[in-house]
Amino acid sequence: MEERGMNARIKALRKVSMETQPHIDLERAKIETEVYKQWEDKVSLPVLRAMVLKEYFSKKTLYLGEGELIVGEKGKDPQSSPTFPELTCHTLDDMHIMNDRAVVNYSVTEQDLKDQEEIIIPFWRGKSMRDKILAGMTEEWMECYAAGMFTEFMEQRGPGHTCGGKNVFTKGYAEYKTEIHKAIDDLDFMNDVDAVTKKDELEAMLIDCDAVMILGKRYQELLEEEAEKCTDPVRKAELEQMAANLDVIPAHAPQTYWQAIQLYWFTHLAVTSELNPWDAFSPGRLDQHLYPYYAKDVEDGILDDERALELLECLWVKFNNQPAPVKVGVTLKESGTYTDFANINTGGIKEDGSNGVNAVSYLILDCMDEMKLVQPNSNVQISKKTPHRFLKRACEISREGWGQPAFYNTDEIVQELLNAGKTLLDARQGGSSGCVETGSWGNEAYILTGYFNIPKIFQLTLYNGYDTQSGQQLGLKTGDPRDFKTYEELWDAFARQLHYMADVKVRGNNVIEKLYAQYMPAPCLSIVTNDCIKKGKDYNNGGSRYNTRYIQGVGIGTITDCLAAIKHNIYDNHNFTMDELLKAMDDNFEGHEEILNMVTNKTPKYGNDDDYADDIMKEVFRLYRDDITGRPTMSGGQYHVDMLPTTCHIYFGEVIGATANGRRAHKPVSEGISPEKFADTHGPTAVIKSCAKMDHCSTGGTLLNQKFTPSALAGDTGLENLASLIRTYFAMDGHHIQFNVFDKQTLLEAQKHPDDYKDLIVRVAGYSDYFRNLDEELQNEIINRTAQSF
Amino acid sequence: MHSVTNIQKYSIHDGDGIRTTVFFKGCHLRCRWCHNPETQSFEKELQVDIPKCTGCGRCAKACPEGAVTISPDGKSVTDREKCRVCGKCEAACLGNYRTVVGRDYTVDELVKICLQDLMFYEESGGGVTLSGGEVMAMDSGYIKDLVRKLHREGVSVAIDTCGQAPYSNYEAIIPYVDTWLYDIKVMDDDEHREYMGMGNALILENLRRLAAAGARIYIRIPVVKEVNGDTGSMEAIIGFLKENDIRPLQVNLLPYHNTGSHKYGKLGMEYPGAELTAPDDEEMQSFVRLWNDAGYGNVKIGG
Repeated sequence: MEERGMNARIKALRKVSMETQPHIDLERAKIETEVYKQWEDKVSLPVLRAMVLKEYFSKKTLYLGEGELIVGEKGKDPQSSPTFPELTCHTLDDMHIMNDRAVVNYSVTEQDLKDQEEIIIPFWRGKSMRDKILAGMTEEWMECYAAGMFTEFMEQRGPGHTCGGKNVFTKGYAEYKTEIHKAIDDLDFMNDVDAVTKKDELEAMLIDCDAVMILGKRYQELLEEEAEKCTDPVRKAELEQMAANLDVIPAHAPQTYWQAIQLYWFTHLAVTSELNPWDAFSPGRLDQHLYPYYAKDVEDGILDDERALELLECLWVKFNNQPAPVKVGVTLKESGTYTDFANINTGGIKEDGSNGVNAVSYLILDCMDEMKLVQPNSNVQISKKTPHRFLKRACEISREGWGQPAFYNTDEIVQELLNAGKTLLDARQGGSSGCVETGSWGNEAYILTGYFNIPKIFQLTLYNGYDTQSGQQLGLKTGDPRDFKTYEELWDAFARQLHYMADVKVRGNNVIEKLYAQYMPAPCLSIVTNDCIKKGKDYNNGGSRYNTRYIQGVGIGTITDCLAAIKHNIYDNHNFTMDELLKAMDDNFEGHEEILNMVTNKTPKYGNDDDYADDIMKEVFRLYRDDITGRPTMSGGQYHVDMLPTTCHIYFGEVIGATANGRRAHKPVSEGISPEKFADTHGPTAVIKSCAKMDHCSTGGTLLNQKFTPSALAGDTGLENLASLIRTYFAMDGHHIQFNVFDKQTLLEAQKHPDDYKDLIVRVAGYSDYFRNLDEELQNEIINRTAQSF
Repeated sequence: MHSVTNIQKYSIHDGDGIRTTVFFKGCHLRCRWCHNPETQSFEKELQVDIPKCTGCGRCAKACPEGAVTISPDGKSVTDREKCRVCGKCEAACLGNYRTVVGRDYTVDELVKICLQDLMFYEESGGGVTLSGGEVMAMDSGYIKDLVRKLHREGVSVAIDTCGQAPYSNYEAIIPYVDTWLYDIKVMDDDEHREYMGMGNALILENLRRLAAAGARIYIRIPVVKEVNGDTGSMEAIIGFLKENDIRPLQVNLLPYHNTGSHKYGKLGMEYPGAELTAPDDEEMQSFVRLWNDAGYGNVKIGG
C-alpha cells in the first residue's frame, strides 16, 4: 500500500489507520447495559442517557498511539466500532453476517458473540428503538418499506446530520456548565408547564459536561504517566505539552491551535459515543474556526506551517480511524461503506459575507492532497468571492481523480437557507454536510429521513398501483394506463401515486420523530447546538434554533427519461402503444428490440440541454418538491427535499423491473441529479445546463457527478477549463459538483464490458467521442495514450 | 442552408477557453492524413459501421432503392451508386450502425445551438469555432450572416481554415472574427499538390492579405514526419512568415495522428495515409526550439 503523510510520524499513524481491520467493540454496550440495569426508571430519561456517556468516559479503555499528537478513540483502539443496542440490538446472525460478508465487513470475536448472547441480547431484545419503530408503523408503511419504495434512516442509527458551529472551538465545558446552571436558575416553575422536563434535560447536559471533562482528565493522567516513562526527550516534551494542553481544555476555551483541535476531537467523540448519529459529527468551517488560533500562535512564534499541517494530518487520521457504525440489511444497502460521512467544508464566506479563505484553508487543501483518505470527506465551498488561486488548487487535487474535494456553491447555499427561513447571518454560517445536505451549522437539526424511490412510484402508476416485483398492490388504483388518452392523464395518475406514497412515508416519519423525542434524547449534541440550552430542550425534541426534515429524491434522470419515452413515442408520435410498451417491459425488452431502440436511441433524454426532456425533469422536480416542502415536522419545523442517492440508486434499481426508458430490470437507477447512464451524449456543458434547469435554491442540496479522462483535464488549460466549468455551474445556481477521472484500468474494463460504460467519454484528438463508439484499435491507442498521460 | 457533420460542445483544443466547434461539410483539399474524411464531400453521405453490423436485414428491407443486400458472411453491403442517402436505413437500424452524415441547419438554428453555452464562453474566455471541412468554402452570405449574428450576441468567433477559398469570403467577415486558426502545411507548391491535392498559391496569398488586414492569427501546422516533419520544412514556413511580416499570436504544432483512419471504411473509402507517421517527442521539441529561436515565443505542441 502506498505510504502517505508529511513525515514518518504521520506515515506510521496513517498506516495503522489504513491497515487495521474494522472490528466490533462491545465495551460501550456493556457499560450502557449496566447503567440501564441499575438506573432505568429511577432517573429521568435524559439523565439516564447522560449517565451512560459519563460512565463510558469514566471507564472506557484509553488508547494512546505511537507518536500521536491528538488523542482519543471512540472505541478501545483505531477502527473500533462500538455498538448501540438501544438503537439496534444485533442478533447473533447479524454479527455473523457483519463478520463474513465480502465487503464492508467488521470482525467479530468469539468473546463478542458470547457477550452479545449473554449480556446484550437478553437486556435489549424487544426494547431497542428499532423494535419501537417497527411496532409503530402502519401496515402500508411496512409493505412499502419492504418493497423498496423508500428507506428509513432512523431504523438503525440516530438522527444527527449536523455540524458544529463556532462555539465548538471557543467554549470549554466548564463554561457550558455555567450557561446551563443559569438556564436552570431561570426556569419558571410557577408558570411554565414544561419547567420540570426542561430541568431534567438541563441536568442531563451538566452530567455530559462532566463526562467530557472526565475523559480529558483521564487522558491527562495517562499522558503524564507516559511522559514520565518516556526516554526520548523530543517525544517526552510532546507528551508533556499534550498533558499541559489538557489543563486548559476541554474545561476551558482553547488558547492555542493545538488545543482547539484537541477540544474539537473530544466533542466529536462525545457526540458520536452518546448516540451513533448519522454523518457522525463535523467541525463545520474548520479553517475559519482555527484561523484565529493559528494567527496568534504564528505571531507568538510557537507554531509554523509545518506543525500546523502536521496537527491537521493527525486529525485526519483520527477521522479515518472511526468506521461507520455497523449496519445490516436495507440500511447497509442504502449506504454500503465504512465512511461515516464526517464532512469538512473549506473556503466559503465569513459571517459578515466576506471571503472566508485564509492560510489554514490552503493547509487543509495540502492535508487532503497528502493524506488521500476517504474520511473525513474533505470538500471546498466556492463563492463568487473565492480567490481563483484557491479554486485552482482545489481543481488540481480534484483532477487526481479520486473524487475529493467536491465543490459546493456557497452563494447558492445561502439562498437555500434563506428560502428555508434562516436569518442572513445564520445562512452565511451554513454549508453542506454528509453528502450534500444543507444546514446552518451550530444552529440546526436537519435530519435526513430516507430516500424516496421516484422511478418506482412511476412504475406503480404504469401497473395501476401494483408492484410487479413484490407482487402486491402498494399504490393507489389510478387506472389502467392503456386507457389513458393523453399524457396529462398519465401525469395526473403519477401525481396521485406520488402524493399517496409521500403520505405513507411522512406519517411513519412523524411517529419516528416522536419516538426519538421521547426515548432517545441527545444531551451532549444539545449542549453544543444553539438554542437547546436556552430552550431547555433536547436536540431530538426540537431544541435547535431550526428543525428541518429532509426526504431525498432518487432517480430523477430515470423517471424523466421514462416520461419522455412515453410522451415522445406514445402520445406525440404514435410510434407504439402503451400496451406494446408494457409487454416489452414485462419481457425485459427481450424480443422487443424495435421498441428498445426507439426508447434508447431515438428519444430526447435528460442531460443534453434539450428542453423536451429537461422540461419534463422540471415538472417532476416541481411535483416532488411541492408535495414534500412545507409539510410540518413534529418539532415545529418544515420538510424540504434533497436530491441525492449515496449508494441507494443501486438498491432502488434492484427492486424495479425494466423501465420505459429502456433500462433493464434490476439495473441501478440514475444517481443524484445526474443523467441516466447512457443518456447524455453532448458533453459536460450540456449536462451542466440540463442539471441547472432544476431550481436548486428551493432544495436542501443536490448531487452531480461528472466523469472525465485525465487527458481532458491535462495541463494548465485543463485546470482552467475545469475551474470555468465549476464557476459557470455555480453562476447558474448549481449546488454541488464532483469529478471522476478515469484511469487505464477502467478503460480496459470499459473495453471488455462496453454496455456498463456507455457514458464514458474520451478525448480522441481534436474531438471527443464515446469510448464504446470507437473501434477496438482506436480504443487501444487511447488506452495506451491515457496511460502515458499519468 | 449548409450541411454540418458535428457540433462539438466543450471543445477545448480549437481556440481559447471552452468552445463549441461547428464542423461544416465540404472541403476542396484532400489532405492525405485527413482525420475527418466525412467532411470532405459537400454532399450528405451514408456511414456504416460494418464490423458491428449484425446482418439482421432490416436496412435491406427499408431501402427504397434496393441498394442494400446482406452478404453470405452476415454483413450489410451497400451499393453506393444506387444509394440516395435518404436515411430510411438509418431509422431501421436497431443498433445505430448506419448514420447519415451531414444535417442542414439554418443560420438561426446554428446560432441558437451556439448560444446554449454562452455562459461557459464568457466565464472561460471561449466562444464558437467554425471549422470543417472548410468553413470558408461555404456560401459566403450564409457564413457572414452566421458570424455577424454570433458577434452581435457577444460570442467570440474563431475560424479554423485551410486557406483554400476566395479572399472575398475572408474579407467579408474580418470585422466579426476574433481569431483565425490558419493551417499551413508545406511551402513547396508541387509537394502541396501531391499531399493536399491542390497547390498552395491561394492559401499563401490569403494568409498574406489577412495578416496585412490586421487579423489576429494562430498558425496551425499538422506535423507529419514524411511530409513536413523536418527542419527544412519548418524553416521554409518560418521564412515565409518573416518575409511577409506575418506575426501570429500563437503557433500550434499538431503532431500527426491516425485516429481518423477508422472512419474511411465506414464511408466506403480507403485511408490514403497509412504510411504516414508522427515525429517523436524529441523531434517535436526541436521544432519548438527552432520556432523560438526564430523569434516566435508562443509555440505549443497540440491545439
